[in-house]
Amino acid sequence: MNGFTGFVLRRVIGAVVTLFALSVIIYVVFYVTPGNVAQITCGPRCSPAQVHQVAQQLHLDDPLYVRYWHFLQGLFVGQDFSTGTSVEHCSAPCLGQSYQSDQQVTSIILAKLPVSFSLVLGAMVIWLVLGVGTGVLSAWRRGRFSERVLTAITLAGTATPVFVIGLILMIVVCGELQLLPFPEYVNFTDDPEQWAWNLLLPWLSLALVEAAGFARLTRASMLETLAEDHIRTFRAYGVGERAIIARHALRGATASVIALNAVTFGSAVGGAVLTETLFGLPGIGQELVHAVKVVDLPVVVGMVLVIGFFVVLANAVADVLYAVADRRVVLV
Amino acid sequence: MSEALVAVETAGADTAAPAASGARQFWRRLRAQRAALVAAAVVALLVLIALGAPLLTALEGQDPTTYHPSLIDSARGGVPIGSFGGIGADHWLGVEPQTGRDMFARLVYGARVSLGVALAATAVQVVLGVAMGVASGLGSRWADLVLSRITDIFVSMPLMVMALALLAIVPDGFPRPVLVALIISLVSGWSTTAKMVRAQTLTLKNLDYVAASRLSGWSTWRTAVRELLPGLAAPVITYAALLIPSNISAEAALSFLGVGVKPPTPSWGQMLTSADVWYQAAPQYLLLPAAALFVTVFALTVLGDGVRVALDPRAASRLRIGTGRRREARADKAAPKAGTAATATPATATSANVTAAKKEDRA
Repeated sequence: MNGFTGFVLRRVIGAVVTLFALSVIIYVVFYVTPGNVAQITCGPRCSPAQVHQVAQQLHLDDPLYVRYWHFLQGLFVGQDFSTGTSVEHCSAPCLGQSYQSDQQVTSIILAKLPVSFSLVLGAMVIWLVLGVGTGVLSAWRRGRFSERVLTAITLAGTATPVFVIGLILMIVVCGELQLLPFPEYVNFTDDPEQWAWNLLLPWLSLALVEAAGFARLTRASMLETLAEDHIRTFRAYGVGERAIIARHALRGATASVIALNAVTFGSAVGGAVLTETLFGLPGIGQELVHAVKVVDLPVVVGMVLVIGFFVVLANAVADVLYAVADRRVVLV
Repeated sequence: MSEALVAVETAGADTAAPAASGARQFWRRLRAQRAALVAAAVVALLVLIALGAPLLTALEGQDPTTYHPSLIDSARGGVPIGSFGGIGADHWLGVEPQTGRDMFARLVYGARVSLGVALAATAVQVVLGVAMGVASGLGSRWADLVLSRITDIFVSMPLMVMALALLAIVPDGFPRPVLVALIISLVSGWSTTAKMVRAQTLTLKNLDYVAASRLSGWSTWRTAVRELLPGLAAPVITYAALLIPSNISAEAALSFLGVGVKPPTPSWGQMLTSADVWYQAAPQYLLLPAAALFVTVFALTVLGDGVRVALDPRAASRLRIGTGRRREARADKAAPKAGTAATATPATATSANVTAAKKEDRA
C-alpha cells in the first residue's frame, strides 16, 4: 500500500486515533473532576434523588475504564436509561441526557447543527473569496499605495475581535441605517431568500476577521513565488504579468490556503459561538454557552465531542486536499 | 549566561537567527520600523495605564465598583443622566447605564485584567510549549511520537469551545482572572508553540555545536538548557509576541460571553456584553471598550510583526515587510517592464539589492 491511497488511509487512521484520544481526554477531564461528579453533572438545581439517579447512570461506583466503556457503548450501540419510573432508550450515537431539560443530548445537537453549519459554511465562502482576492490584489499591486492600504486594512481585520465587528455591523446596519432587520434565523428549507438575508451580517462578521489571515497568507505566499527564478524566466519569455499572477503565483499559494482553511475552521467554530450569541442565532454555540452557564455537563461534553469531531474531520480532509494540490506531500 | 558565550555558541548556527548576540542589533532593527515604534509606544502607554490604574482613578476621584444611583435615570430604564452618557468633570468618560459606575475607572482597571491575563497566559504557553517541544525534539523516538500526538490533539482543539466547557466545571471559589488565564493557556497556544519548537530543535540538534555537547557526554538536560535554548530564543520570542494579542482577544471573548472574568471585576469584553442595548443613550459605553480592545490588539499585533522582522531580517526582505520595502518592491516591479533592454534588468536588480542591504545595515 503506497502512493496516494496509502497516504489517505494513513491520514484516516490518524484521524481516528486522534478522535479516540480526544474522547478519552474529554471524558477524563469532565467526568473525573474532584468533588461530587454526580452533583456537578446534574447541575446545581438537582434534587438528591436525581443526583442518585445520575450517579447510577454514570456508573460512578465502577472503575474508570468500565465507566469509559459504558460511555463508548452509548456512543456506538446506544444505552438504556432508567428515569426512575420508566426506562428510556437512547439510540446509537448516545451522548447522554440533559438533566436540565430531560432531552437527549444527541437530539439537542441535531436540532442546532443546521444553524451552525449555515453560519460557518456560508462565512467560509465569503472569507475564502474575500481573503484570497485581497491577497492576490495586494501581491499584484505590490509596492503601490493601494497595497499599503490593503495591508493596513487586513492588519486591522486581524486585530478586531469577532464580536466587536459583529456589534458594530449590527448597530450600524440594523440600528442606524436600518438596511436590514435584526437577524432572526429562518430555516433554509422554509425560505432560502430570508435565510440568506438574515444570515448576511453574521456571515460578514465571522468572515471579515478570518479573511484577513487569508489575505496575509496569500500575499506572502505569492510574493515568495514571484521572487523565484522560474518566474523571472517566464517574464523573460514575455509572459504577461496577469498570466504570471493568475497561473503561477496563485497556484503556488493554493496549498497553503487549503492548510490555513483547516486551521481556520477550528477557530471559526469558536467565532461561531460568539457570533451566534451576539446575533441570537439558535445554533450549537448559543446552546453551549447556555449549557455552560447552567452547568449542564452532559450537553457540554456532547457538544465539545461533536465539535471536536468536525474539526478533526476538517483537518483530515484538508490534508488530503493538500496532497492533491501538492503531490510531494505524499512522499514524506 | 553571558551574552558573549551565547554569541560564540550560536555563531555556527546558520539556520537559527542570532539570539542574545543580536540584542543590540534587535533594538536597532526594531527602532528602524516606524510602525513598530509607534506600536511599542502605544503598548508602553497601555502598560503604564494598567499599572497606574489606582493612581489614575484617585486623580479622577472615582473607583470602578461604586454604584451611583443618583446619576442614572431609573424612570427611563437606567439611562445615564446628562449628555453622552454623563460625561463631565466628575466622571471623565461618563457612567455605566443601570449601575452608574464610573466608566473611566472601569476602563483603566479593565486594562489591568486584559493585559495581566494575556501576559500570564502567554508565559504559561511559552513555558509549556518550549518544554514539550524540546522534550519531543531531543527525546527518544517513542517519547517524540507520544508527545507529538498529544500536541496534535491540542492543535486541533477549538480554543473557545474547550475554554468555555472547562469554565463550567471549575468551582466558583477560584480567583477568576487566574482561572481564565490558565484555561486559555492550557487549551491553546502552547501546542502550536510546541510544534514550532520541536521542528526548530530537530534542526539545531544536528548542528555541530549541539552535537559536540551531546557527544562530549553532557546530559540531555544540560544540552537543552545551555546549547538549545539560546538558539530557540529568537523564534520563541517572535511567537510569544504574536500570542499576546490573541490571548487578549480570547479573554475578551470569554468575558463577553459571560463566562470569563465575572463582575464586579471590570473587563473590556464583559463591558461589551450589553452595550448593544445602550448604544443610543450611552454611546461611549459601546465605543470605549471596543476602541480599547481594538487599539490594544492592533498595537500588539503590529509590535509582534515588528519583532519578527527585527529577529529575522531575511524573512522581512523576502516578504518586503519593514525597512526598505517600498523601494525594493518598486525596483522589483520595474524590472520586468524594462525587459526589452536585457542589460537593464540585472542592473536594476543589483542596485535594488544594494539599496536594501544598505538600509539593512543602517537598521
